[in-house]
Order: sequence, then C-alpha cells, then structure tokens
Amino acid sequence: MSSVITTTGLTKRYGRRTALSDCTLHVPAGHVVGLVGPNGAGKSTLLQLTCGLLTPTAGTIEVLGETPHTGSPRIGFVAQDTPVYGNLTIAEHLRFGAHLNPGWDQALAEGRIAELGLDPAQRAGKLSGGQRAQLALTLAIAKRPELLLLDEPVAALDPLARREFLQGLMAYAAEHGTSVVMSSHLVADLERVCDHLIVLVNSRVRVDGDVEELLGTHHRLTGPRRDPSTLGPGRHVVQASHTDVQSTLVVRSTAPVDDPTWASDRLDLEDLVLAYMTEAGAHGRDRVLEKR
Amino acid sequence: MIEFHLDARSGVAPYLQLIQQVRHALRLGLLKEGDRLPTVKDVVARVAINPNTVLKAYRELEYEGLVQPRPGLGTFVTRTLAGGDEAIAAHEPLRRELTGWLGRARAAGLDDEDVEALLISTFREFSEERAGRRG
Repeated sequence: MSSVITTTGLTKRYGRRTALSDCTLHVPAGHVVGLVGPNGAGKSTLLQLTCGLLTPTAGTIEVLGETPHTGSPRIGFVAQDTPVYGNLTIAEHLRFGAHLNPGWDQALAEGRIAELGLDPAQRAGKLSGGQRAQLALTLAIAKRPELLLLDEPVAALDPLARREFLQGLMAYAAEHGTSVVMSSHLVADLERVCDHLIVLVNSRVRVDGDVEELLGTHHRLTGPRRDPSTLGPGRHVVQASHTDVQSTLVVRSTAPVDDPTWASDRLDLEDLVLAYMTEAGAHGRDRVLEKR
Repeated sequence: MIEFHLDARSGVAPYLQLIQQVRHALRLGLLKEGDRLPTVKDVVARVAINPNTVLKAYRELEYEGLVQPRPGLGTFVTRTLAGGDEAIAAHEPLRRELTGWLGRARAAGLDDEDVEALLISTFREFSEERAGRRG
C-alpha cells in the first residue's frame, strides 16, 4: 500500500522540551486518519513537520514521496485557529488563494461558498466560528491538494457546526479521494469519520493502525484476580487494574481469548484510546501543558 | 430513495447499521428492484461518516446479491426481500394492531424495557413452538 507519510525515528525538540520523540509511522494513502491525544502530546508538532513548517531535530520524514517544504501545492493545511484575514471579504480570500496557488480550482471554491449560503462580499471578521472554519477548509481544498492536514478543525465549534464541517469534509474526501489527516483531543469527534488512527501521548506514538483492525484485536477481560504476565505469548496488556478479588485488563491480541475464567468484551474506540492514555499517565504522570 | 442515519451509542459497527437499514427497507418494500441507493458522496454528506464505511456496506450488500453497482450510474437494488403484494398489503393493518397493543401495554404501566422484553420472549416462544410443530 502506498504511504502518504513515512517517518523514521522522527524527533522534534524545542530547547530542553521534547515535543515529539522517536516517531516511526506509515500513513496509508486514501484514508481519513485521526490523530488523537491530550493537549501537548505532539499532534500539532507532527502536523507542522508534515507540511514543512518545522524541520526535524532528528530522524526523517517523507510526505508524498518527498521531503516536506512549505508552500507545496500538493499539501493543504488548516492550522489550529482556522486563520482568516478579518478585514478581507470572502471573495478577496478566494482571489488571494488563486494568486498563490497554481492549481487553484475557482469553481470548486465558489461552489462551496454558495452551498454554504455565504455572501462573497462578507468580511471574514464578521463570520461565525463555524463559517470561518468552513472558509479555511474551502481555501485548503480549492488548492486541490493530494494530502489535507487539519489541526483540531472542530475543537472550537458547536455541535451543529461541527457536524456540518465534517459533512462537507467527508463529501470532499469521497469525491476526490484525497488523503486526510486530522487531529483532535476528543475521540468522539473522529470516531465516525476516521478509518485509521494514531494515538499520541507524551510526545510518543502509543498505537496506530486501521480502526477496524484495532477494534477487532483489543479486548477487555474481567475475571478473578491474577498476574497479567500469565496470559501467554502474543497478548499485550495495554492496561491493568486490580481490586482484591478481581482483575480488569485491556489486552491486544490477534487470537481470540477463549480462557473460560475470563469474561471478554469488545471495546469501542473511545475506551481503546483512553486505555492507551491512562497507561501512559500511570507510567509517570508527566503530561506537559501546551505552549509551555 | 432512502436516507441513512447512524446511532453512535448502539455499539453496532457503522457499516453494519447501513446494511441493516437497506435490508430493513427491502423488507418493508420501501426499496424495490431497480431502485438506486444514494451515492457514497450523498451518504457521507448527510451522515458525516468515512466514505470507506459506505463502500464497505455496499460491497457487502453486493456480495449478498442484493445490489449491483453500475459504473457511472450508481448502485441499484437487484432483489427484493419483501414478500408478495399480499404480504406488503398486510403490513398496514398489522402495524395498526401493534400500535393499539403498544398503547394498551403503556396504559397498563409497562415501560420501554418491559415492552421489549415481553415482545422478544413472546416472539421466541412463538418461533420455537412453530419450529417444534414442523420438526
């Protein structure tokens, strides 16, 4: 399968603080990829390395088969605060986009603005949060990029605007087959729309892969208290908690767990991600706040 | 044309929910042979889900022999799951009786869970009895 992003040992440090450490990833083409993790986990850093806004401290990154560089027409990037120019009108934003991008699709841009019911003469400063996010998305996709990167695109939106944003994004992905990577600190935002997931915690990749495969290979086991290391080979304990009589484990295993002393349940995506986050927290509790 | 919806809390995988909704519509006669399913783009633009989820559901329906994609035109229903016209004509009066029954159950103080439990256990008993008589 062809990759849109390939990294090996990718590391980014700001002074003494490590924002991303030893990240090795293959992101397959043609998917909608969710990048999940708590604030400060390194999501924005990874996205900015991917679009060439940052350069690695160590390791390598290849995007669409080349070293990323800013201004690439092949990559569309919507930064976290959905930046638009408050004093410019929507039409001026589109003219600006056309001027900067050789592959600009004016018909697509105008069509989207009309579909959203926005007035091209409206100043961007007067738009609602949801409308601003839609304008930023329109500017990114009218470039007709091969890879679309979105940093927390729906974090600041109300539920209706969030749904409308994701509807527009999915319609675009379905029509053009563009690969999408979007980050969020909430799994619920990504659950329906992503078919590939990367979980980042404390600057490290905890787990990544196809969503259905992840859901199929993770189990929650409950049973009488016992030592998790007796589970046998091929079973990785993601999270373990014990009371005096009972053990509850989240286990990654390709083979079904057929030991009758355990009750085995499926996990949903949110539980799965939380298990990886809790595990990381239990091993140090050194969550770093963003922008520190 | 049918419209899809998604229940995020049902615990049923989204692609299976789409398949169930198509089968359901076929069973109720809402979809008939030759009808077109919504395009992948229409579905994702409405439900806000991953396009591959819809493709997977449609592939599965194709594998079951219920639909057939025609390149450039869309995905079409090739087989119906509903009984004949007579069976479909019986739906409405049966539905009215069931609605009446549900009203009486509610009046007798049964809540949703009570109703569901009673329906399922009665249905199971009924099916087992019939299977027993046949066997």
